[in-house]
Parts: sequence; C-alpha cells; structure tokens
Amino acid sequence: MKLDSEHQGEFIVIRTLDDRIDAAGALQFKERMREIVSEPSERVVLDMTNVGFLDSSGLGAIVAVMKALGPLRRLELSGLTPTVEKVFRLTRMDSVFIIHKTLPEGLRHAG
Amino acid sequence: MLAERDTGISHSLEPAGTVRVVLASDHESVRSGLHHLFASEPMTSLSEESRGAVEIVLAEILNNVVEHAYAEFPGKIEICVTLRETYLFIRMVDTGLPMPDGELPIGRMSDPKLARDLPEGGFGWFLIRNLSQDLTYDRDGDQNILGFCISVDDRH
Repeated sequence: MKLDSEHQGEFIVIRTLDDRIDAAGALQFKERMREIVSEPSERVVLDMTNVGFLDSSGLGAIVAVMKALGPLRRLELSGLTPTVEKVFRLTRMDSVFIIHKTLPEGLRHAG
Repeated sequence: MLAERDTGISHSLEPAGTVRVVLASDHESVRSGLHHLFASEPMTSLSEESRGAVEIVLAEILNNVVEHAYAEFPGKIEICVTLRETYLFIRMVDTGLPMPDGELPIGRMSDPKLARDLPEGGFGWFLIRNLSQDLTYDRDGDQNILGFCISVDDRH
C-alpha cells in the first residue's frame, strides 16, 4: 500500500497511490495511515482520486483511521471515484465523513 | 484449461457469454482472480457503473468465503458468470465450512450517524443484498453453492 503525505498549512494531505483498498491491503493501509496521522495537524484529508475500488474491509480501515484521529479531528475525504462513492452512499458512511469533490482550495496533491 | 500456477487461478473456455474462474482461498488470490475475471468476456462489455456494482458483490462474497468458510483449512472457490440479455447470472461454489444454521446472514445495518461507536465491519452482507437479486444458498454434500443475479441494464 503506497501513500504519499505532505504537510500543507493546517492540513496533512495524504494521497493513495494504489488503485484499490481491499481485504488484501486494508491492514497495511490502516497501519500506514495511523503512522502518518500521529503527526500533529489541525486537519487531515485523504485524496482518493486514484482509488477505483473499495470493499468493506477498506471501508472498515478508513473508519478505524477516523477513530484513531481522536475527538478533535475528523477524517476528510476527497476525489471519491464512482464505485467508492457508491460504497459510502449505500452504507450511509457519506454522512459521517467530510467529503470534498476535489481537494479543498489551496491544497495540491501530495508527493 | 489454462492454469496459472503462480496465482492458483485457472480459467476455462466456456460457451459464449459465460466465464468461469477458479481461485485459491486467500485475499491476494481474490484480488488477482477479480482482475482476471473482469478482463474476460462478457465482463469487458459492462458499463463502468455495472462493473463497480458486480465487483463489490463478488469481492464481498469472496472475502466472506476466505474468512469464514475457509477459516480452518484452505481450498478453491469457483465463480461462473453468464450474461443473458440484461442480467448476469452468477454461481459461486466452495468446499469450505457450511453457513451457520444453513442460512445466509440477513445483512442488516443501522444508521452509522446514530451509532455511539462507528462500526468498522458488518457492511459486507448489507452490500451484497443491496446490489444483488434472487440470492440463494444451498449446501450440497461438501459444497456451498451461492446463486444470484445482477441487472446490468445500462451496459453499452
């Protein structure tokens, strides 16, 4: 699981380089993400532009990362592709995360 | 039969409109098996949207077979997909442990917004039931046989 991350102002911007977050990679994704978000920042945004497919293990890993952020930060998501968006919508997880269509203004892709 | 020993995936030539893939019961094989399946006819004719829905259902069922049916010993999983008009008819067979109580999970999910502690799992059967139709389960000897269909009306 390859992730690029970069501090930009109050954000940590993280970009997934792999095209899927599935049961084969979910655990590694979760561990890498926890490592990255352990650094202090006010906001965390995960850029998912490259991810064409997410299964329920991948969704569970993203929820776990959100919980690891603690009560003061929420995991923000950006660039959901149609199949990923479908999984979030059907499970109603789209109501739990802050979801941006594209990266918030002023931010650029990490890496 | 064309066997790819590295991944444990085999793929056989079937009548037009049908594809059959056999894969090993681990998550890496699920990933490569799905890749292989979606690169084959008739899957290549699906629209992006249908492809996404079909891949979600197949991945969730395969993960479930890997994690539960083959929790105690490894084995093979066979997927057979036939396209007839605007429906994909799918049959999946494994020789793992039977479903508890001989039935498929209900797959109910509560609204995560109302949950005190956000769920990190339990999405699988909810997604399967949401995106498939006519889901059936049979235990025949040592085989679990799962059947369902998915409408792919928008295929191009």
